[in-house]
Amino acid sequence: MEMLVILIPVSLLLGGLGLAAFVWAVRGRQYEDPSGDAARILVKDWDERPKP
Amino acid sequence: MSAVPAASACPACLAAPAAEALAQGPTQARLMLALPTAHCAACISDVEAAMLATPGVRTARVNLTLKRVAVDAEAAVTAESLIERLAAVGFPAHELDPDALSLTENDRQGRDLLMRLAVAGFAMMNIMLLSVAVWSGAEAATRDLFHWISAAIAFPTLAFSGQPFFRSAWASIKVRRLGMDVPISLALILASSVSLAETALGGHHAYFDAAVSLCFFLLIGRYLEYRSRAVARSAAEELAALEVPRAIRLEAEGEVVVAVAALRPGDLVLVRPGARLPADGVVEEGASELDRSLLTGETAPVAVGPGAVLSAGEVNLTGPLVLRVTAAGADSSLARMAALVAAAEGAKGRYRSLADRMARGYSPMVHLLAAGSFGAWLYLSGDLRLSVNIAAAVLIITCPCALALAVPAVVTSASGRLFRKGLLIKDGTALERLAEVDVVVFDKTGTLTLGAPVAHVPVLADATDLAIARALGEASAHPHARALAGALAARGIAPVRLDAMEEVPGKGIQARWHGQPVRLGRADWVGAKAGEMSSSHLSVAGRITDFSFADALRPGAAELVQALQGQGKRVVLLSGDQPGPVGRLAGELGIRDFHAGVSPAEKAAHVAGLVRNGAKVLMVGDGLNDTAALASAHVSISPASALDAARAASDIVLLGASLEPVADALRIARQARRRIKENFALSLGYNLLAVPVAMIGLATPLIAALAMSSSSIIVSVNSLRLK
Repeated sequence: MEMLVILIPVSLLLGGLGLAAFVWAVRGRQYEDPSGDAARILVKDWDERPKP
Repeated sequence: MSAVPAASACPACLAAPAAEALAQGPTQARLMLALPTAHCAACISDVEAAMLATPGVRTARVNLTLKRVAVDAEAAVTAESLIERLAAVGFPAHELDPDALSLTENDRQGRDLLMRLAVAGFAMMNIMLLSVAVWSGAEAATRDLFHWISAAIAFPTLAFSGQPFFRSAWASIKVRRLGMDVPISLALILASSVSLAETALGGHHAYFDAAVSLCFFLLIGRYLEYRSRAVARSAAEELAALEVPRAIRLEAEGEVVVAVAALRPGDLVLVRPGARLPADGVVEEGASELDRSLLTGETAPVAVGPGAVLSAGEVNLTGPLVLRVTAAGADSSLARMAALVAAAEGAKGRYRSLADRMARGYSPMVHLLAAGSFGAWLYLSGDLRLSVNIAAAVLIITCPCALALAVPAVVTSASGRLFRKGLLIKDGTALERLAEVDVVVFDKTGTLTLGAPVAHVPVLADATDLAIARALGEASAHPHARALAGALAARGIAPVRLDAMEEVPGKGIQARWHGQPVRLGRADWVGAKAGEMSSSHLSVAGRITDFSFADALRPGAAELVQALQGQGKRVVLLSGDQPGPVGRLAGELGIRDFHAGVSPAEKAAHVAGLVRNGAKVLMVGDGLNDTAALASAHVSISPASALDAARAASDIVLLGASLEPVADALRIARQARRRIKENFALSLGYNLLAVPVAMIGLATPLIAALAMSSSSIIVSVNSLRLK
């Protein structure tokens, strides 16, 4: 049972990391245009060199 | 694959809100343009490349979900110039007001809900993890510790994620109503505080997991609802955007460009060919032809001369006109039309959705059950703690979790299916209303027909004459000339070189070919015999060639009318066009109930009359003259080529050119309504099973969690059965 002392904080921390990543993504407006993002990976404009 | 037949499909988009220079920031402007036809990856790069190639533009980003592009540019860049550039690459665009708060407000609300949903999901998973240990038999100190940790996670989560429910419950209590949110909020608050008390007393049962997962499932329903609602916008707002912002006023010192709002009755304005009339007025000077199709549905251009009475919004086609303004701004016929739409929307009243009607009966029931079991247990056992525990269990079990998912899950699944068929559902209750339809009213021009004339070229025509006809046709903006030139170009006929080209307003176009006069235009002017159909005539050295024009039937129209009549629906045709073409079309499609020469107000009145007699009317229309009728119908559909105002007034937009998906939409709507009712039955059935268990005090947190999740999942899966 002693391992719970480690496991519970670890599980909370990992879940919290996921949540923080999601919050960051929403704040960064990554969910603004789902269908545009789906289409954009097919755009060849910056295939040769990175977007400046 | 670039834009859909952009320019031809919607002349209004090009001509319309020729925007004024925007709110001028000192050094930069942020412009927002709507791109109704953008739909693929190529569209994104075409539009962004065109924008970035414009001098002064710093950044441009297309949002395909919302079909618009945001441009950051120097102050000198106007929306007008950007719209021109987009038109050149085949995208009709029009300006959106970036200050219109409702747009950004909507985005903010969506992000907000998503955030709450994510937090609830995170908390639910962690609490469930701890609860599994408790359910499998964690004892004494371990159980208490786990309950405390759960409480520490659950309280902040509920305080944050439960806000939408608490707020709307509070709002409905203030007006003394019991919405669905009152029992939800009560369940969340009671379950968590009772569980906290139990935890403090070292009790066995805590409902933190149930409370948080309840919140999570309910937020899913909310978010789905928000997503299907986000596209909808007010019709009246968009109508105003159609008004041309500027006019050329003739004053003593010459031509002055003024804002339309500054026009007064009695002013003289100049309207150039291709421009939209800024105000109602009487022609003082000049002759021309007008395209009235957007206002009245008439296909054939109307010739006008001095003394003719014109309405704002009509398009001047061939010659310059000097107009004496009779009514401007709020008095103009365009503004009156907007008022008509607003009145129709107001008169229709809000549709009470299935979910609303369900909630009205359900909420009092839940409270009675919970209060009843609390009272009964207190009376029988005298144990306050036990009674409160059981009342909380009853509230959690009866909480309308599956009920709250029942509608949004079906609507989302059906909208997705219809979107793939080319139909955009703007309003969540549109599907329910569509399922009830028994009368279908069609507009003619632009709805059952494509709204653009198609030239019929005589088979025996001389090749040289046709080459001359193409050269003449290309020189004019008249729709007949355009259609003729297009048809001849499609046949591979090259134009010849002509000299002394001259357009005679209201008559036609003339030129010299090897010294001989050639003319293309109206029968009397060219010297030909006028036919029954709308036609144009070519004369080359006394040789006459006749071209007739007909409005082409929209693909799928015949099949749709047949399918609707097959389903036993009454089909009505209401058109502002002349009786001749309307009767011909009705005969062709087999529509017996048709009316020609109907004014916009009569259209709305006709639809409202049908509605009053108990008919559930589906209105399909595209023009400005249809908007009031669209707004007063039970449910309405407009094609994507329709005017913005018509699209905004309708519940469903048809994205493709074919009308055929409308029949599918009716079928899917009926199916969706059946699924919604099944979902209600499922969640009520689950309550009938689970509530007695809770009331006799046998519900453990495990049973509550199982019952709630399984009913929610069953409801969601049932929604996916739509075909």
